[in-house]
Amino acid sequence: MDPSSAPSSVLRPPASSGARPAIEVARASKIYRRFTHRKQFATLKSALLTRSLIKNLRADETFTALNDVSLTVPKGRTLGVIGRNGSGKSTLLKLVAGITKPSTGSVRVDGRVSALIELGAGFHPEISGRENVFINGIMLGLTKREVARRFDEIVEFAEMQEFIDAPVKTYSSGMYMRLGFAVAIHVDPEVLLVDEVLAVGDEGFTHKCLDKFAEFKRRGKTILLVTHSLGLVERFCDEALWLDAGRIKGSGDPKRIVGAYLTDIEQREEHELAVGDAKARESASAAIVSPDEPASAVLPDNPVETATGPADMFRATEGRWGSREVEITEVTLAGADGQAGHVFHSGDPMDVRIRMRAPLAVDDFVVGIGIFNAEGVCCYGTNTSIAELVAERLNGDAEATFAIASLDLVEGTYKLDVAIHKLDGYPYDYHRLLYTFRVKSRAKDVGIYRPRHEWRFSGDVKFKDARR
Amino acid sequence: MLHNLAQLPRYRGLIQSLVARELKARYRGSVLGFFWSFINPLLLLLVYTFVFTFVMPGSNDVRVRPYALFMFCGILPWTWFSTSLLESSGVLIAGGNLIKKVLFPAEVLPIVTVLANMIHFFFGLVILAGFLVYYRRPLHLSELAVFPLVVLIQLVLTTGFALLLSALTVHFRDIRDILSNLMTFWFFGTPIIYPYFLFGDATWQAKILRLNPFTHLAITYQEILFFEGPVGHLKWLLVLGALSIAFFLFGYWVFDRLRDSFAEEV
Repeated sequence: MDPSSAPSSVLRPPASSGARPAIEVARASKIYRRFTHRKQFATLKSALLTRSLIKNLRADETFTALNDVSLTVPKGRTLGVIGRNGSGKSTLLKLVAGITKPSTGSVRVDGRVSALIELGAGFHPEISGRENVFINGIMLGLTKREVARRFDEIVEFAEMQEFIDAPVKTYSSGMYMRLGFAVAIHVDPEVLLVDEVLAVGDEGFTHKCLDKFAEFKRRGKTILLVTHSLGLVERFCDEALWLDAGRIKGSGDPKRIVGAYLTDIEQREEHELAVGDAKARESASAAIVSPDEPASAVLPDNPVETATGPADMFRATEGRWGSREVEITEVTLAGADGQAGHVFHSGDPMDVRIRMRAPLAVDDFVVGIGIFNAEGVCCYGTNTSIAELVAERLNGDAEATFAIASLDLVEGTYKLDVAIHKLDGYPYDYHRLLYTFRVKSRAKDVGIYRPRHEWRFSGDVKFKDARR
Repeated sequence: MLHNLAQLPRYRGLIQSLVARELKARYRGSVLGFFWSFINPLLLLLVYTFVFTFVMPGSNDVRVRPYALFMFCGILPWTWFSTSLLESSGVLIAGGNLIKKVLFPAEVLPIVTVLANMIHFFFGLVILAGFLVYYRRPLHLSELAVFPLVVLIQLVLTTGFALLLSALTVHFRDIRDILSNLMTFWFFGTPIIYPYFLFGDATWQAKILRLNPFTHLAITYQEILFFEGPVGHLKWLLVLGALSIAFFLFGYWVFDRLRDSFAEEV
């Protein structure tokens, strides 16, 4: 599903009303200049000598932070902007705030803007919180009288009654941010721009901020919210905009855009994991490991070894060892569609395909597998012997598939051990933590194992679905 | 540019409170606090008096005695001028947070620097006035009427420099380092520690001195506060006034041209 294919109301002015939109960005690009080292350290003297004073002020190397971005936010709507780091979200916000000008295109905002980009920017550390509130309020466009009228409300919101007359340099970072937030929010803007500032403050204060935003929404103010909190976008925003490398990659319904964005992140992770695993295997193959020494680190099929084995096993890092009388030539992970991949959803099926080769036929072999989480905890381990399969013959090329019907693991990164060894533990080819896969989940549950479950209630109990 | 310039009066409240903050914050944490604004010029004047009364008596022209007082008449406005320039050269970089993160009229910062230093100049004047009375210097109302004019002209000129330097320093940080040396040189090129009439009007030294805008300000201050007789330098002062306005507009123009680059460069 291509999210940009569907037309969305963000890109179109609303057909219903003739009212002017609150924010209108038309084909805006922002190109930052990048100076080479020589230019960066150019002095006034050299600039004057070479008469390049003006030339140096021009761009010679550029970086496009925003590329031909158009959007319209009607009055009273809340737009969430998501995207990876460096995708141009903050640049967009600064353009709308008027802090920087677009290189091309235009930006128009209707009404008073308050930008929560950096809280408490402009606080002077030496003077009291009280004086800073006044100056900060005036900086943000209020008059002295307006600040005075809202002063008590600001202090109360920031929960700073006790400390308001102490110099700001004595404040904790949380107090600093709270006061900055309180001032900015009480400017009473028509358009509120928020750049990932909810991460400050404790849980209680965050809720208070969200309540304040909700109040803004009710009062018909326009909000532009830049955040990495996708849940917030889904719950709170009327529309979402997805920026990627300075371009709009999608816009419209928050749930749809967030979904598309998550899919994209998975694909990138998939690629990164594939590259990472390839590297790990390369270095493991290069290392020469004696087949005897790490023989204790085998899968838990050997009662003698397990007595002492696990300690070593948990300490062991990725590697490869074994006599190679039987060799594991390839291990692939595949999802429900049969396509090889590295990212799976909790509860989905997953196949581990192990390709192996025995140049000379063997009859004493066990194929084993172990799943470990990021902390190195063995989540599950088994082998053909445990499954009471008695080996009879392996000759030439063969493939074993370990099919998991439902990957009931919580979100996280997991690593695989894959091994072929003799029944007594003598390793043919042992691949230790060489394969990585990631389990994704929308639920933020904890632990390792997610049993299939549901909640049932009886009696006078009532719940509401928070996801609507 | 003119549009932005016309917006300037709207920031009156902001400038006012920032100047107040600047003055408050400067002596915060010191025991004597605000009184330092008076004590500093007082101590300076006492040091000069000591040096030129006891250490090097009679080392100068009889017409400029008491010499310390003569010098002080020039040094007070000079301190306003040079401190404003030195401070404003770094003011945009120091206030980078505001320029990058808040929609903030950047020209307010150098203007606040100049005004805060002007307030300090006024504090110094109080001390100077005390000594003028003590030494029974001739002060005439007709002369004092010129005083606001010369202060105004200096304000316009200093603001012009402050805008220019603050904007250029964002791109050329070395201005900050060059400037302190340049200001020392400029100080000695201005008739502050020596009287202008040391040189005849036709000498090359006088010709060069006349090219220095601060010469005319210093001479006027000295004529008003120190020397007897009417202000004879008014004609020059008015020319300087006109040039100062032009220079202020030039400084503002440069500032305005570079304005959009500030958020990216500081």
